[in-house]
Amino acid sequence: MIHGDGSPASSAAGPGSKPTSSLGSGSGTGSDHEPTHPQSAQSPQASRWDDACLAAALFAIDPAGSIGVAVRALPGPVRDVWLELLRELLPADQPFRRVPLHIADGRLLGGLDLSATLRAGRPVAERGLLAEADGGVVLLAMAERVARSTAAHLSAALDNHEVLVERDGITARTPTRFGVVALDEGANDEEQLPHTLVDRFAMLLDLNDIAWRDALPADYSAEEILEARLRLADIDIGEPMLEAICGTAMALGVDSLRASLAAAQVARAAAALAERDAVTVEDVSLAARLVLAPRATRLPMPEQPDDQQPEEPPPPEENQDDDQDNQTPEQEIDKPLEDQVLESAEAAIPANLLAMLQMGALRSRSRTSGKSGASQNGSLRGRPAGTRRGEPGAGARLSIIETLRAAAPWQRLRRAERESAGKGGNLLVEVRHDDFRVTRYKQRSETTTIFVVDASGSAALHRLAEAKGAVELLLADCYVRRDRVAMIAFRGPRAELLLPPTRSLVRAKRSLAGLPGGGGTPLACGIDAAVDLADGVQRRGGTPVVVVLTDGRANVTRAGIGGRAQATEDAISSARAFRVAELNALVVDMSPRPRPDAEKLAQEMGAVYLPLPHANANALSSAVQAVS
Amino acid sequence: MPVAFPFSAIVAQDEMKLAILIAATDQSIGGVLVFGDRGTGKSTAIRALAALLPSMRVVEHCVYNCDPDAAETALCESCREQKRTKGKLKVRKGSVPVVDLPLGATEDRVIGALDLESALTRGEKRFEPGLLARAHRGFLYIDEANLLEDHLVDALLDVAASGENVVEREGLSVRHPARFVLVGSGNPEEGELRPQLLDRFGLSVEVSTPQDLKSRMQVVRLRDEFERDPAAFIDKWKRKDAKIRRQILKAKDKLALVEVPDATLQRATELCMKLGTDGLRGELTLIRAARAFAALEGDDAVGDKHLMRVAPPALRHRLRRNVLDDAGSTTRVERAIEELFGTESAGA
Repeated sequence: MIHGDGSPASSAAGPGSKPTSSLGSGSGTGSDHEPTHPQSAQSPQASRWDDACLAAALFAIDPAGSIGVAVRALPGPVRDVWLELLRELLPADQPFRRVPLHIADGRLLGGLDLSATLRAGRPVAERGLLAEADGGVVLLAMAERVARSTAAHLSAALDNHEVLVERDGITARTPTRFGVVALDEGANDEEQLPHTLVDRFAMLLDLNDIAWRDALPADYSAEEILEARLRLADIDIGEPMLEAICGTAMALGVDSLRASLAAAQVARAAAALAERDAVTVEDVSLAARLVLAPRATRLPMPEQPDDQQPEEPPPPEENQDDDQDNQTPEQEIDKPLEDQVLESAEAAIPANLLAMLQMGALRSRSRTSGKSGASQNGSLRGRPAGTRRGEPGAGARLSIIETLRAAAPWQRLRRAERESAGKGGNLLVEVRHDDFRVTRYKQRSETTTIFVVDASGSAALHRLAEAKGAVELLLADCYVRRDRVAMIAFRGPRAELLLPPTRSLVRAKRSLAGLPGGGGTPLACGIDAAVDLADGVQRRGGTPVVVVLTDGRANVTRAGIGGRAQATEDAISSARAFRVAELNALVVDMSPRPRPDAEKLAQEMGAVYLPLPHANANALSSAVQAVS
Repeated sequence: MPVAFPFSAIVAQDEMKLAILIAATDQSIGGVLVFGDRGTGKSTAIRALAALLPSMRVVEHCVYNCDPDAAETALCESCREQKRTKGKLKVRKGSVPVVDLPLGATEDRVIGALDLESALTRGEKRFEPGLLARAHRGFLYIDEANLLEDHLVDALLDVAASGENVVEREGLSVRHPARFVLVGSGNPEEGELRPQLLDRFGLSVEVSTPQDLKSRMQVVRLRDEFERDPAAFIDKWKRKDAKIRRQILKAKDKLALVEVPDATLQRATELCMKLGTDGLRGELTLIRAARAFAALEGDDAVGDKHLMRVAPPALRHRLRRNVLDDAGSTTRVERAIEELFGTESAGA
């Protein structure tokens, strides 16, 4: 390993010549790991740790440059060791600022410094944290939970190398360059860094399954880093190296060109660290491991060109023209250099990602990253999300602090106005209508429309088909409305959840493709299932709307036994339980001649009754939208 | 301000570049929306636009960049006053503003508010124009347009529709002209745009990463070169940028002379009817964009080839979502073009 054996150039040659083996293979001299990990059998974890240390060193070479690091690890000693190493390598005189999770926009970007403003009697701008971090590093803790707006501000500042402030009567452009280290503490696949940020980070590290005993700090010295920093500007990256990077990125399905660019920069930093003048295949392999491998969305194609066409997953935009173009160059790039890099990168794909790629599941996963639900502004519950000018009352809560803040700068003006108007009175603070600020809350509040379809008897097929049509219509504009749809069908002895709450039109189409119909009418079961599902939706912060499609004539009891009298009684008792749950509901009677059964059911459920003898999907979906 | 990446050095993404040039040629098109993957150069292209725009005539000392040749109703109050008393307006050359609307901007900075400084120091009430005033006659750029807060979107929609910003707050009552080209970019994965806002954009472009190795390498190489020495890089591309600037200038002059034959108008209407676009805005934009494109190409009349080229960006965001048709809206527009214009010309 490169640890301080004084000849990083020779040691770094290891991974290039033997890409699948670890980086430590060339570290014969004085590696810290040597006693515990004989080089021939170094565990993948240990080699990942070596790479992570190397990443810290590369980051430290040009901290304010465009290479950022995201570290996925639960808080613990391993992460601490890594952070400590990073701190040691970073220049001590540069700022190192920690961004707390819920930092206010004003603090992050800068704005009006209220106390200084009042003291000075003129507006005094306050520098934000991002401007203060100029030339240094910003540490983003718990980055997987960072607000989208914070992520967007960070991205904008990283892209433009400046912070643009337009707030509190202040316009300021502050140039700033900083590096970002994001600590991602996500425990599962659901919790991930915002994509905007991931795209702007170069190196993605995963320290999660590295054992503490493996986590020995690599001994790069600050001087070594400093020398590399001076060398960095002169390092060239040759055409073949660039081609290897871009080719590898394409083979792994890494679409964003920021990743390729970052890989090129990482490769240059690696060459600088290794005291080389130009980027070599080792540097490129390293960059591919650190930058490209964690972003892989597909596995490289097999060698035979013939197999490429059918096996290639469609590129994300499904751009037909591009699709045809890309076949030729990909076949041309089967060169040893590129293979080397690719192999190295492939070996570094994290195990869980690899498993997913092999199942071909990644595409769909990354597309549904928004499934935790859109948050909605303006409600009264949820997490406070800033304030805005507005009237208190009518569902808005006054934010006293912000109101006073807004009023404070104007006091002198208002006092003068009051005096000139001859109105005395010694008001301490004069608050006017314009100052009112109300707190906004964010809350996940999507509507989940639950269709409960009576799939019994002869009309079942028609009902099911129209319900299915309505589901698809609702889903068609759910992208805008952020709604979800679920479907329960009941027939024979029980109710069945055909479509769990989803926002995916594709999934709905698939699950509802072949719907069975016929049999008895276990109305009670259907209603019970709806209550259960609605309860789950509510508990997750959503708003359920239940749509029951039935003629209201139950003939199967809750226990699944035939018998009209008992079945009706059960249905009514379920309906009352439903009413207690206070759900928004709609009962659609689709029988050709509406009878009182369904209307009674609707009454008991506290639902809107809607006879739609010839209901079609369109009428149904507009009725649902009217209710929800 | 940090230097922007030169427009001419942007690799591929022809549709996006064309849409931006069309908007620069004919500002009445109503803006450009660029939606697409991360890392495809959306923001880069739009920021590069500022360096390309030719200068324009503005009234001297006017905070709103009023046009000296405009009708009286389109002037701000102070210019109107000046014109009435002095008979004419002093003119200077100014650059076309490209104003950034950053995320997290507060409402008061966007629409304008009391001037804090004069209120604090002199105890005076004075209106301080906001971003909308600064963007008058220029471009207003919203990065991550889909993340813009709703109350700001409301304010924007109102002003963009009326061309005038009316401020009634903090005891102020001010109205000033604010006509600007809305330019937005975003990533559809982060969330959809509100339909009303979507409709404001004349052209909508979808971008994706180039899928051939050569272009990709070219992008990475140029960008890397730029990051290492921005000044030298810009110098190198200066002449190509200047060429594009001349092209815009020429097209602007030619715009009024480009003919739109009745046959072309009919084609445009047929296309819109076939696609079932809502309202007439689609047709209007289609014709205007085709005319601007013809002007950019140096052609004297708008023909089928112009319509075909600009139809996807002009119409794709105006289609109703059709559940039964799984194809994307781009494919639908292309299909309609093919049906209408015949297959043999679609490839041209």
